Amino acid sequence: MYEDLKSHMNEFFRKGIRFDGRKFDEYRKITVETNISKSAEGSARVKIGETDVMAGVKFEIGKPYPDSPNEGTIMVGAELLPMSNPEFEPGPPSIQAVELARVVDRGIRESKVLDFEKLCIKEGEQCWVVTIDIMTINVDGNLFDAAALAAMIALKEARIPKVEDGRVDYHELTKEKLPLSKKDPVSVTVCKIGNTYIVDPTVEEEKVIDSRLTVATTKEGLICAMQKGGVDPLSMEDIDKMVEIASKKCDELRVHVK
Amino acid sequence: MSRPDKRKVDETRPIEAKVGIIPRAVGSAMFKIGQTVAYAAVYGPRSLFPRFLKNPEKGILRCYYNMMPFSGCGERIRPGGSRRSKEISMVTENALASVVDLRDFPNTVVDVFIEMPQTDAGTRCAGICAASMALADAGISMKEMVAAVAVGLVNGKPVVDLSKEEEDLEGAVDVPVAVLPRSKKVVLLQLDGEIKPESLKEAIKMGIESSQKINEIQKATLKDKYKGE
Repeated sequence: MYEDLKSHMNEFFRKGIRFDGRKFDEYRKITVETNISKSAEGSARVKIGETDVMAGVKFEIGKPYPDSPNEGTIMVGAELLPMSNPEFEPGPPSIQAVELARVVDRGIRESKVLDFEKLCIKEGEQCWVVTIDIMTINVDGNLFDAAALAAMIALKEARIPKVEDGRVDYHELTKEKLPLSKKDPVSVTVCKIGNTYIVDPTVEEEKVIDSRLTVATTKEGLICAMQKGGVDPLSMEDIDKMVEIASKKCDELRVHVK
Repeated sequence: MSRPDKRKVDETRPIEAKVGIIPRAVGSAMFKIGQTVAYAAVYGPRSLFPRFLKNPEKGILRCYYNMMPFSGCGERIRPGGSRRSKEISMVTENALASVVDLRDFPNTVVDVFIEMPQTDAGTRCAGICAASMALADAGISMKEMVAAVAVGLVNGKPVVDLSKEEEDLEGAVDVPVAVLPRSKKVVLLQLDGEIKPESLKEAIKMGIESSQKINEIQKATLKDKYKGE
């Protein structure tokens, strides 16, 4: 499939340009809007080019897991809304939606940006369960980076709701924010098409990708989560190069996490 | 007794509307009334599967209403659709099917997806207002547009566009209505609460009048998109 598109694109790449005129390592314009849903305890909307995603944070009181009785927890959900792309269908989450949610989850969880112990309310009995839901509004490629950024900003925006007699009062938020460090993890996805590495693929470019690597990094320059996608194998040199590009580009996204 | 937010009985909450907000869709719209926000996107006419659903005489309309997990006033809403969202999808579909003309597109489907990122009562009406604008934005033939608003009783008085606060008051009655603004016919009517037939009649009349005002906003928004710089 898409053999013609692929050879045409590779011809462009040989001249050093992409269909939309961007350089290989150039992102489209990123815009961020916060507090886009007053029903959520924290929310954000991120646009990268025409890709448009929303993330909303909700709090619930749950029971800590038996193996970590003094920790709260997070849960990331993602829905590829049929509203956002003619190729998405209504129904239970597709494998793509599950992968997206899990990759965003790992980027946040493994960076340890969130102090899970401070989410414990009463050891072994009560803790905060923080849910981040990602909704796609319009899809034009690179959902991984947009979703991870929206999720992180929504967490930063979130205010913990008031608790009365062990019940959450969603109508009243406290001034208290989540216990977040300054690690500000963000994800950069580097794609390989032929011998070319590009960032921030459009939906058209995603159709002909041989492989991709999503790299989540923290502010101090550590890698905290990765996900290889696509069927083509990556050589050690590929991985080196892709991680290098991700490390170079990540700060361009991180400036939006405030 | 006056309304909690000091509105007049026939006054809706502030309304904002936009069309063409989702580039991938054939048509799309946002409709905001008070703190309730509805997005709608239209795809089609496109081929329909499974095949037995096809109608060789005209295209069919399908509507999907959904609240985002973080859009409720209380706890997170579990994704995956509820009995409530199924019912609302159906009554929305019926309301819009009454005006949409798909005779030129046999065997196809037009899908309408309605999503609520933020809610404060009146979501099905806001959804219908957005969907109707999105269908028009998609260039689908319609006999006329559909405008919708909830009417009802607050403190025993007929009012339009109940807020969540008003809906939760003791004795409140909630009557969502969707109206064809030109022919003044009702295409969606539901009721929760106890009301005298006379008050109901008055409330529905207020709904028809209010829908006409809402329709002016819908039309102005659509015209605005094509006005040029």
